[in-house]
Amino acid sequence: MPHTSHWIVPSLNLLASILLLISFAMLSRRRTQRLITLYAWQGLALFVSTCLVAYSSGQKELVYSAGLTLMLKVIALPWILHRLIQRLGAQWDSELLVNIPTTMLVGLGLVIFAFGLAQPISMMANTITRNTLGIALAVILLSFLMMITRRKAVTQVIGFLAMENGLFFAATSATYGMPMVIELGIALDLLVAVFILGIFFFQIREQFDSLDLHHLETLKED
Amino acid sequence: MVRQFGEVLLAIALAPLFVGWIAQCRAWLQSRTAPPLIQPYRMLRKLFHKDVAMAADATLLFRTTPYVLFGSMVLAAAIIPSIATDLPFARVADAIALIGIFATARVFQSLAAMDIGTAFGTMGARREMMVGFLAEPALLMVLFNAFLLSGSTALPSLVEAYSAEPISLNPSLTFAGVAFVMVLLAENARIPIDNPATHLELTMIHEAMLLEYSARHLALIEWASSLKLFNYACIGFALFLPWGIATHGADGGLALLLAAAALIAKLIVFGAALALIESLSAKLRIFRAPEYLATAFLLAVLGLLVHLLLGS
Amino acid sequence: MLDPAAGPAVSHAAWVARDILLLQRHDLSWMLLLVLGWLFLGAIGLLRPHSLRFVARGLFPAGAVIGLGVALLGGVALLAGHAPQTMLLPLGLPDLPFHLRLDALSGFFLLLMGVAGAGISIFAAGYFRSGEGTAPGLLGLHYHIFLASMALVVLADDAYFFMVAWELMALSSYFLVVSQHRRPEIRQAGFLYLLMAHLGALCLLFSFGVLQGGNWQFSFDAMRSANHTPFWATMAFLLALLGFGAKAGLVPLHGWLPEAHPAAPSPVSAMMSGLMLKTAVYGMLRVTFDLLHVQFWQWGALVLVLGLASALFGAIFAGVKTDMKRLLAYSSIENIGLIFTGIGLAILFEACHLPLFAALALSAALLHALNHAFFKSLLFLATGNVLHATRRRSLGALGGLGRTMPWVAALALVGTLAIAGLPPLNGFVSEWLLLQSFLFTPQLPRPFINMLVPLGAAVLALTVALAAYVMVKFYGVIFLGQPREPALEDAHDANWLERMGLAWLALGCILIGVLPQIALRATGAVTRQLLGKTISFASPIWWIAPIAPKQASYSGLLLLAGTICVIGIAYVLVRVLAHGRIRRTVPWDCGYPWQTSRMQDTAEGFGQPIRHIFGPAFDMERELPLPSDNAPRYRIHVEDRLWRMVYLPIARAVQRVSDAIGVVQGGRLAIYLLFSFLTLLGLLAGVL
Repeated sequence: MPHTSHWIVPSLNLLASILLLISFAMLSRRRTQRLITLYAWQGLALFVSTCLVAYSSGQKELVYSAGLTLMLKVIALPWILHRLIQRLGAQWDSELLVNIPTTMLVGLGLVIFAFGLAQPISMMANTITRNTLGIALAVILLSFLMMITRRKAVTQVIGFLAMENGLFFAATSATYGMPMVIELGIALDLLVAVFILGIFFFQIREQFDSLDLHHLETLKED
Repeated sequence: MVRQFGEVLLAIALAPLFVGWIAQCRAWLQSRTAPPLIQPYRMLRKLFHKDVAMAADATLLFRTTPYVLFGSMVLAAAIIPSIATDLPFARVADAIALIGIFATARVFQSLAAMDIGTAFGTMGARREMMVGFLAEPALLMVLFNAFLLSGSTALPSLVEAYSAEPISLNPSLTFAGVAFVMVLLAENARIPIDNPATHLELTMIHEAMLLEYSARHLALIEWASSLKLFNYACIGFALFLPWGIATHGADGGLALLLAAAALIAKLIVFGAALALIESLSAKLRIFRAPEYLATAFLLAVLGLLVHLLLGS
Repeated sequence: MLDPAAGPAVSHAAWVARDILLLQRHDLSWMLLLVLGWLFLGAIGLLRPHSLRFVARGLFPAGAVIGLGVALLGGVALLAGHAPQTMLLPLGLPDLPFHLRLDALSGFFLLLMGVAGAGISIFAAGYFRSGEGTAPGLLGLHYHIFLASMALVVLADDAYFFMVAWELMALSSYFLVVSQHRRPEIRQAGFLYLLMAHLGALCLLFSFGVLQGGNWQFSFDAMRSANHTPFWATMAFLLALLGFGAKAGLVPLHGWLPEAHPAAPSPVSAMMSGLMLKTAVYGMLRVTFDLLHVQFWQWGALVLVLGLASALFGAIFAGVKTDMKRLLAYSSIENIGLIFTGIGLAILFEACHLPLFAALALSAALLHALNHAFFKSLLFLATGNVLHATRRRSLGALGGLGRTMPWVAALALVGTLAIAGLPPLNGFVSEWLLLQSFLFTPQLPRPFINMLVPLGAAVLALTVALAAYVMVKFYGVIFLGQPREPALEDAHDANWLERMGLAWLALGCILIGVLPQIALRATGAVTRQLLGKTISFASPIWWIAPIAPKQASYSGLLLLAGTICVIGIAYVLVRVLAHGRIRRTVPWDCGYPWQTSRMQDTAEGFGQPIRHIFGPAFDMERELPLPSDNAPRYRIHVEDRLWRMVYLPIARAVQRVSDAIGVVQGGRLAIYLLFSFLTLLGLLAGVL
């Protein structure tokens, strides 16, 4: 491995931990506005860690994907989401299905599960970031948990995006990133998904005068 | 032995000044005229010279509790290595036993608050014990982190193990540090959990327990509370910022002076930081306290798990 | 000591040889004699069954002396370090005489029973009043049979004798529980207790049936050397866990405990909580470590989970209960949970080949068992005094008793601080050791386990802190504040015998707390027998440093001495530099002019944060007054959710099955005789 200086691995570990911490913070926040900010921070941490990996491993492609991360996840998507909730008037939405301490305890259980699962897998990888695979897995699971425990459509989209962050991080830590083509594809998908979901939000709100997803239950035929 | 007594006397003397310093910083941050640094000492002097007004049916428990509180806090100060690790008393209790000493003080204070049988006293006692049982798991997990990194819960060994290592931002220690500050705020009756300046009956915890105390008893309790804050700060320094503490074998007179200077510098910075945190945050409703302390617990556990994952 | 690596057959031969060599030592015979002494005391009580003076002032103190003797011999068996002594009694089944054995493990529990039992007996000598339920002579008989049977359980060395003693213990304690049998709720509690005791005993019977391993030898020696397949070993373990868990009150088998313990007279509650629950701990250790030689880490995980669940459950429920004895009963569940947590950890470490840490965890568990015998007995006895002085059990009717009952209040304060796990008393030491052993759980060589088990330490810390909360409530509401009823003003203090009993137990709490190494040497003998290791002992006796002084150390004595010195200096300085003037006045209370005793927090109020935070654990029924009510009434009833979800469905199922079987019960004698006749025919056909 070229350029692996002694401070790289601790810094990567710290960044990975921060990613995990942000996932937990997302679980515990009530306001949509805050969630978007946290999502942007998560993107930033991801950007820095990808840059570090790119620097230490010498992989050119990673620099591009880091740039993509910065553009898309730190600037573009948060901005779009921000505009979206302003248009929808949904800044203050916060409906949790489960109370926060319980969610956090469940989240802890998921982290332990992810870490235990990742320990044997990370032995097989030979990247310097392999230890952080468990964290990436945990970020994915926690984002999923966030989608489950929220009622509002916007927060669920943020959960979805955060999940993609986790996947991206898993890819970097296990194999120094996915091939560029796939990454570009995913980025495009995300962008399109956010647009389509944004249109959906307007539709849902027009239909029910609210973004609360439990209204969808009334669509069931019986 | 001289070192031991010096350390204890330093703690007893510095503790009110530390509280005064935080009050000063808070005043500056809130654009008020700051009280002088020695304001807590003036307060103590005034209290010591007043006559005690005590409820007619206060029992012996009520009268001894101020001394018990003061005694246990001074003892804790003797155990915590704030300027040197080679203290004869430092091995009497490890960090977990220190939590026990603080718990003893808390139980005595709560019992004394219930002694006279006033509404506020019992309410304060109940709330204080609630904060206690919420904070202790988090605090224990913080110590667990420290143990994993150094293989010891004895504070002198901890300090010596850390000081030997190069300075780096260890993720698990960072998490544990944040959790520790959160617990420190809760345990020392400060904003977001309690407000040290309030006398609004329904929101207070610590003050509610002291309502019946006056004069020298109150002075002792106030002194003990400032010592408690000082002790917590020193535990925090030992766990997270051990640099500057004179370690075994390198603790001549000059080293001790340097260590004392380092301690004061740390206290100044930390006090200012505390004042900043307190000024920036709002007091939580009492039943948001579980959420707050659950967050501290979560941070400490995450630190532990991250250590187990990344350190292996 | 024996080499644990040697084969069981060799070790058996070695024991027999040593037995012959050590014939001059007759500790076991003396022990048996003392136990018989208890039975004898019980029997002669029947000579004058209605004379309270004879039974209470004569027999109970003699029982206490015998208890001290038992403790002494148990201590000798522990610390002398000689080989286990065995003995055969010419009683029992034709080919299975009663086996007895005195080794370190049984010695430790005899020590526990003897010391704590002595204190309880002295107290009981002053406690029982005439005209309360069963006649004194009969009560003395049950009481001493109960004591003797507990000692025999610990001494038994074959399954048959063990079961005989076990059942004797259950029956005698049942009679003690229902000694005030005129009250229906006490009869009901007694019935529930008997039922659970027998279900537990049935499990034990099956467990021993599995343990004999197919060669139909029921002595423990044969079981030790029997080869168990993993499946059958686990079956035996699970059955034993069920049986002993039911006796110990582990969740979810705890249903009887909060009913039966409060129903009994206070010294009996103290014995049941302080001593009888420990026989279950003993049985668990005997079967798991001695007979089955710990085989799988999963056993430890199971025990650990059950222990932690019981501990937390007990602490939470003790927090919301308002009957003082029921509160203590739930606190017993909590403490038993802590003990089983230690046992679970010990099994886990031992199965993962970390015997030193196993010894640490087991020492913590054993020490906590000893501590619990002291402080829980002390508190139960204190509630007995309160009960006698006030006739009230509900915390809502008490308060301010510290002024009228200073002796009880002062001694109960020691027990309260000890059970709350505060230094420098004994409860703290065992909890500290338990936390220390949790610190090493990340070293367990299993994925998931090494991350999950450390979280148990947080549960433990929460439990311990909750226990402190509960005890502040218990002590504060009973002894501090203002009396909530006017009748409490003339409550009388304990008499001198009661004071002696309480003081004895309080002394134990202080002594073990200040010099824990004495007790840890005793637990060390047990861990050496069961695990082949002990924790390390620091050199001056007032230190403990279980693994290494660099790792962690504690000294209760120096802590106490230091605190007292500082307090003394502070007191003198305050008096010299300031003054000592005191003006007595009315309480200030933020200037509110009108204060009554009803303005204090009630026990319900004290439980409110716990109800709020742990809400989902309870079945709550609340009656809140409306603002317009003329006579506002606030009522809350908190029930155990497990009661509704586990116990009642089982009871209903049993009811249904018995209804179905009840069909054959037509009431006609001829039909019944026909059933018997058919059974007889069937049996004969089977035999032929």
